[in-house]
Amino acid sequence: MPSVGAWRTQGGLRMKEPANGVGRSTDKPLLLRLENVRKRFGDFTAVDRLSLDIRHDEFFALLGPSGCGKSTLMRMVAGFEIPSEGRILLDGVDLADTPPHLRPVNMMFQSYALFPHMTVERNIAFGLKQERLPKDAIRARVAEMLALVQLAPFADRRPDMLSGGQRQRVALARALAKRPKVLLLDEPMAALDKKLREETQFELVELQRRLGTTFVIVTHDQEEAMTVADRMAVMEHGRIAQTGTPVEIYEHPNSRYVATFIGDVNLIQDGRSGGWLALRPEKLRIAREPPAGAGNNAVSGIVTEIGYLGDMSVYKVRTADGLVLKAAVPNVTRVRARPFSHGDQVWLCWEPEAAVSLTR
Amino acid sequence: MRPGNDRRTWGARLIILVPFAWLAGLFLVPALIVFKISLSQTALAQPPYTPVFDLSAGWEGLRRALAELSLDNYVALASDALYAASYLKSLQVAAISTLLLLLIGYPIAYAMARAPRGARAVLLVLVILPFWTAFLIRVYAWINILQHDGLLNQALLALGIVDVPVVWLASDTAVYIGLVYSYLPFMVLPLYATLEKLDETLLEAAADLGSPPWKAFWQITVPLSRPGILAGALLCFIPIVGEFVVPDLLGSSTTLMVGQTLWTEFFSNRDWPLASAVAIVMLVLLVGPIVIYQSYQSRALASGR
Repeated sequence: MPSVGAWRTQGGLRMKEPANGVGRSTDKPLLLRLENVRKRFGDFTAVDRLSLDIRHDEFFALLGPSGCGKSTLMRMVAGFEIPSEGRILLDGVDLADTPPHLRPVNMMFQSYALFPHMTVERNIAFGLKQERLPKDAIRARVAEMLALVQLAPFADRRPDMLSGGQRQRVALARALAKRPKVLLLDEPMAALDKKLREETQFELVELQRRLGTTFVIVTHDQEEAMTVADRMAVMEHGRIAQTGTPVEIYEHPNSRYVATFIGDVNLIQDGRSGGWLALRPEKLRIAREPPAGAGNNAVSGIVTEIGYLGDMSVYKVRTADGLVLKAAVPNVTRVRARPFSHGDQVWLCWEPEAAVSLTR
Repeated sequence: MRPGNDRRTWGARLIILVPFAWLAGLFLVPALIVFKISLSQTALAQPPYTPVFDLSAGWEGLRRALAELSLDNYVALASDALYAASYLKSLQVAAISTLLLLLIGYPIAYAMARAPRGARAVLLVLVILPFWTAFLIRVYAWINILQHDGLLNQALLALGIVDVPVVWLASDTAVYIGLVYSYLPFMVLPLYATLEKLDETLLEAAADLGSPPWKAFWQITVPLSRPGILAGALLCFIPIVGEFVVPDLLGSSTTLMVGQTLWTEFFSNRDWPLASAVAIVMLVLLVGPIVIYQSYQSRALASGR
């Protein structure tokens, strides 16, 4: 397994770990506050009485499936949509009367929205020119931004002569040039291929740490959100289902929706309480013999499917109740023969703290 | 597959050949004939000019005919100030009309492109609707509107804006009204086509970067609609230079536009060679803008837009 620095692989998900111990961002002052924000388009409620706090220097991810209202939320912060109800406060100031061009917030668009009739240099300078800064100051800042995204040799190119990855970096440089209080990133990696996307995710985190700017990213890609974010909000139908660090959300989901949206999970209906037990596949161990001393924390069943993924194998085990559980077992040795095969009678067991009980 | 390939290129060549043959047969050859006539002399004959190429006279006859050709008509054009004034008038009228068309057409096209998607088709039909009536009838209608006791004067009198009827007809104003009315669709349609394609997130990006809406219009919308502005301007300017019907029906007789001068030479004076020379000079004058248009179009095609 290649080393990925501050990232660890967990159940197939890379996860960003706090840089200076747990709760790095919770002690930072508040920057952006959304209070009971609601947005309706006709009969459709895109964002429904949503409240959210984002702190200084935080890399915050808004995660959810398409149509959950995350983009509308971001567009309200940028000023392109006006909330039907509620307030948006930036540094304690209500943004309601501030039009988009006066907000100290910049956005990187999903389509990048680079100006096709301007060179890379003029695209990056565009925002600075609106502030009527002296020419020298603009030139210096543009050079700085070009160096930051390593595009200095392409300064005189038009956007249509750049690759997708280069365009993405121009869009990033253009949005950062004005030193926004909040940088909004709308699905910034959606147009990149998988390999480039992964590289860019790490670069983005590195950049955010270096600049100390608050980044808010909107994405439908849970892996992306977990890789980059200090904290994240999982959204469902215009509301926030759960807010927390990637580790909190992965290890302590508060609902079946969050548990299934992030990563893979086994849900077991709990007969006594009427709730559910959520068990991550990588936390299940598979054995031939019943574990000694384990009571409730083990079930037996028959292997029905085996998926070999290289770094791990996924076993599907059917219990006597007809329940199918997934267990992910890391392939730590180069085994020739699989330890278990179809139809084998096996036991699945787990540590008591591995299971999360959910009520909804 | 080589044989198949060859057959296809042969077919492709044939397809390209058709429009070329069309243009050569119906544009280039007549233009050359007009050019030849412009080098001839008037004559009381049928056709009303000499020399006439007579192939029955053989090679010697052809040589004699060629020797008779001269640039006399071009000399006449250059020596009489009437023609120069006529060309200048045409260029001036075309330039001013094109500017007016742009000023009126741009807001119309912009509003159409910004209208709700469903309304756009209706608006488009409304722009094209006048074409369903004959051009001549529409210009005659303007005579009715602009005449002494016409609709416009009646309205102005009724509203108390004027006390005595205004003389509209037989003036440059009437010509500009007629031209702007007639050519508006040719300005609006290409402008609409480019404005409608304009990505609105670019305007959001401009706003996001601190550009207020009116500024973003000049920084983003106008530069990106340049192909439409150029296409519309040339589609109006070029035919207006040679326009005959509108100035003849609505304009005064003091200064004639080239189209009218040409008509007079051809039909009233029956001076085909001089009329041809007038036409050829007009063509040369218009080659400039046409070349600009062509090179712009091919550049637009090359950049894939």
